[in-house]
This record gives sequence, structure tokens and C-alpha cells, in this order.
Amino acid sequence: MYKIILWRLGQGLLTLFLASVIIFAATEILPGDVAEAILGQSRTEEALATLREEMGLNRPALVRYLDWLNGLLTGDLGTSLATKRPVADMIESRLWNTVRLALLAAAISVPLSLSLGLWAAMRAGGRIDKTLAVSTLALIAVPEFFIGLVLMKLFAVELKWLSATANTRPYYDFWDNFRALALPVATLSFAVLAHMMRMTRSSVINIFTSPYLEMAALKGLPKRHLVLRHALPNALSPILTVIALNLSYMVSGVIIVETVFGVPGLTRLLIDGVTLRDIPLIQACAMIFGSVYILLNLLADVLSIMSNPRLRYPK
Amino acid sequence: MSDTPDVSIQQTSTLSRLRLTWTAAIAGFILLIWILLAVVGPWIAPHGEAEIISPQTFAPIGEGGILGTDKLGRDVLSRLIYGVRTTLSLALITTIITFVFGVALGFAAAILKGGFDIVVSRIVEAFMAFPSTMLALVVIGAFGTSQTVLVLTVGLVMSTSVFRVSRALGYDIGVMDFVEAARARGEGTWWILTREILPNCMAPLIAEFGLRFTFSILFLSGLSFLGLGVQEPAADWGLMVQENVGGLFLGSSAALIPAACIASLTVSMNLLVDWFQQRQQGETVLEKIDE
Repeated sequence: MYKIILWRLGQGLLTLFLASVIIFAATEILPGDVAEAILGQSRTEEALATLREEMGLNRPALVRYLDWLNGLLTGDLGTSLATKRPVADMIESRLWNTVRLALLAAAISVPLSLSLGLWAAMRAGGRIDKTLAVSTLALIAVPEFFIGLVLMKLFAVELKWLSATANTRPYYDFWDNFRALALPVATLSFAVLAHMMRMTRSSVINIFTSPYLEMAALKGLPKRHLVLRHALPNALSPILTVIALNLSYMVSGVIIVETVFGVPGLTRLLIDGVTLRDIPLIQACAMIFGSVYILLNLLADVLSIMSNPRLRYPK
Repeated sequence: MSDTPDVSIQQTSTLSRLRLTWTAAIAGFILLIWILLAVVGPWIAPHGEAEIISPQTFAPIGEGGILGTDKLGRDVLSRLIYGVRTTLSLALITTIITFVFGVALGFAAAILKGGFDIVVSRIVEAFMAFPSTMLALVVIGAFGTSQTVLVLTVGLVMSTSVFRVSRALGYDIGVMDFVEAARARGEGTWWILTREILPNCMAPLIAEFGLRFTFSILFLSGLSFLGLGVQEPAADWGLMVQENVGGLFLGSSAALIPAACIASLTVSMNLLVDWFQQRQQGETVLEKIDE
């Protein structure tokens, strides 16, 4: 088992490396370079040449890539073009806002969607199941900003119960924090809820229709025993995958939510970076989000290998 | 996409054969209206796309225009009608790019096999291991925003999943007996591809097209909402949401209306695809004989 997990971890490392290549290459293939982006319209040939010399842009792309990668590994994320501050400092001050949002949303959406999915699976084909199926199908296709705006209009503008901006202050007590964070967390949870519920439902139904469970039922085992002892161990692996997949899906959901509610988080930094074409900032943020996404997928695979004996031995 | 207009044009006799469910019928109807508006929009819109009609900004519904005015005093209804054209056509072009790339590479990998298949599959896997939104943001950050960059980026980013689907389909059908028979007859690769494999892949590919179309509407309007997609003064639904978010606290619905329109479009599309897939699955041999 450990051999396979190590193998999978090695693959994960390789993917991380490839991701860094993709990010670097994507920002390198642009016509012109960072020096032109900085100087903009007012550039002269001499100014360009000096700036390129200063920033080391004359070196070959491979050398610059290795330099950048080395910086990433040692915690030096480069200097922002727009603010001239170290990117690591800018990210550090924003990181917690995004992490907190994602953790809270996960804490709400995971148990809720798992129980709803299980509930729908137990009553497969019934009215509840069908209603949930159509409503989740619809919910998947609704853009996150629509959910966010409707919630905002309802609870912040009309009812004035909750705050529309998610700016928290250090002196806030629990209630203030709740008022500030309730709407963004709810929106983000909604965004992954439908997906997670549908995936849970289908993986549980997959197991409920398998012959070995039918056999167990025909033996006359009590329902509780059937679900907990026979179905659950096999359902664990797909469910863990579902959770990790959806948490990684939050990576894109959180961008919209932070914009709607003005959360001063990491994705706002990224969007500002994209607008200002601040390449070092974009590279660093994209690398962080990419790594989280890759690591979550890796975690899902490792957990499912550990919980499913069949995956421990390669064919 | 292509089969939606027929849904309502063909009358009752074919309606029963389509086995249209209620949800699918409503979804098809909504979609049809938006498509019609996209075609005839400029002729029926009461005002111009970027025409300022009232000094009052964020006028509520009923004042200034039928649906009120936006942050610059432009008519929300007119921009909505112009916007459906931008939104739908950009999504359509994006999806077509996705399909041309994905299907061509996927089938090529399935037919050529060997080294080509391995190389392309590995590259696609590397791209899929990375969140597509991030990829698009990096590219847009590097190139700046223009509609060409937007459409190409999103199209290429999305084509990885179409590649996977069409490669799997190509592999599955490529080993069937009738393909084998065609090879034995001495048919060329192109003939086998277009006459044997492609017709048998149509249903899943149409479903995939619908899903990708929905996804590209969401993707593009999300980018426009972030201010990185379609730029003013063009009207686009995602952009309209972004422009008018500030009006939400002034009691204006100028941001909610286009957001709801996007939702109506994507939800309808999703429901239609689901109906299509279920219908495809449900079609047994006995039912075919009955018809």
C-alpha cells in the first residue's frame, strides 16, 4: 500500500512541477515582455533596454524559469510590478480571509450535502428524490454571482439582517463576525452543495444496487446493519473523492464570492493583478491556488487508496 | 443547441414522439425566446445599445424605461436585448472552438494511437490537473482583455474535457465490428471516421456540446462579472451585472435582472441536456420498433 501511495505522491509532485511550467510559459508567450508592460505607451528603446537589463529579462527563458522556481521553493515570490512590494507580504495579509471563507463553507456544505445526498439515495425514485434531482440540476447551472446577489438583496438590502460587505475588524465580537461572514459563506456553500449532493447520491446508489448488498438484504439483515456495516465501508472511498473534488471546485467559486461581497482576500489580489497585468503577482497567486487544487485531488486519491483495499494492488 | 428550434416548431404529432417532459418543454421554450431575441433584438429594442436615455441613474422598474435605467442612465431593457446577442454568440463561438480542438485531437488520438495518443493525453492530463479558471486568468493577465483572447482562451481551456470524451468514444467505437468490417473493405481513415465513427458518436457529443455551452456561458459571464471579459460600451449580461452591482443598495434591480437572465439561460440549457441524455438512455429496442 505504501508503495502505491508513494508512487501517487510522486505523481503529485510531477503535476505540481508541470503546473509551474504551464504558469510560467503562459505568461512568457505574450508578445513583448514585462518591461514593455511596465513602461506602457511612453517607452523608448533606451528605457526598455535599461529596464530589461535591470530586471534580468535578457537572460534566456530557462534561466529565468529556474530562478523563479528557486524563489518559489525558498519563499521568495518576487516583487509586485504595481506596488513594488514583495508579493509574499501582499499575499500573507490576505491569505487568512480566503482560507477562513473556504473552511467555513466546507464545514457547512460537506455534512449538509452528504446527509442530503444519502437521504435522496435512500428514497431513490421517490418524490423527494425527484424534487432534489431537478432542483440540484438547476442549481448547478446558476452562476455564483446570481446566488450571491439574491441573498444580498434579500438579507442585506431588504431585511437588513446581515452585512453585505465581508470586511471583518479585529475588535468584532462573534455576532459582528457572523453578520459579516454569513452571506459569503452561504453563497460559497450553495455553489458546491448541489454538485456534492448529486455525486454523493449517485455513488451511494451505485453501492445500494450492487449484488452483494442485495444478498445481504436477502439474508434478512437489519437495515441499520446493512447500511453501516456493509454499504458504508465501500461508499467511503467515492465519498471522500467527492468531498476533495468539491473543495477543489471552491477554488473557482471563491473568486466570484470575494468579488461580490468585497472580501479582501487572495482572489481579489489575483483579479487586481490580472487587471493591472502584474505578472509576478499573477504567477504567485495562480501557483498557490493551483497547488491547493492539486494537493486536494492528491489527498482524495490517497484517502481512497487507504479506504479501498482493491485500489492498493495495481492490476 | 441545433435541435432546440425543432422542439417547438414541429407540432403535436412529433411532440409525443420527442417524449418531451414538462421541465424540458419549458426550458426549450425559454431558450427559444432568447435565441429569437438574439436574432431580431436590434429591431425591437426601444433604445440604442449604449444610448443614455435619462438623467436619472438607477431608475427603478417602470420609471425611465420599462425595466429602469442603469448606472449611466442607459435603458436596462435595451441593453438586455442587445446583451443576449453578445452573450449567446460569444458562448457559441467559444464552444465551437472547444469542439473543433477537442474532437479533432480526441479522434486523432483514438485513431492514430501510439506515440501521438500518449503525448497528447499526457499534456491534456497536465492541464486538467490545474484549475481551468486559474489558467484562463493567467493567460488573460498576460495578454490583456480582448474578445479574441477571451474566446480563444476559454475555448482552449475547456477543450480538455471534450478531448477526453471524444477520445474515449473514438476508442470504444473504433473496435466495433462494423468499423472492423469497413477496414476490411479497404475504406480509408477519413471515410471510416466520418461515415462509421462520427454518426455513432453524435448523441453523446450533442449532450457534451450542450454542457460545454452552458459552462462557457457561466465561464464567460463570470469573467465579465470580474471585469475581465467583455468591455464597455458593449452590452453583455455578465458585464451588466458587474456595472450595476452598486445600485443594489439604491433599490435598483439593474444588476439582478441580467443575472437572472443568465441563470434562466443556463438552467434551461442544463435541463434540456438532462432530458436529452435521459431520452437517449431510455430508448430501448422495443420502443424503436413501436415507432
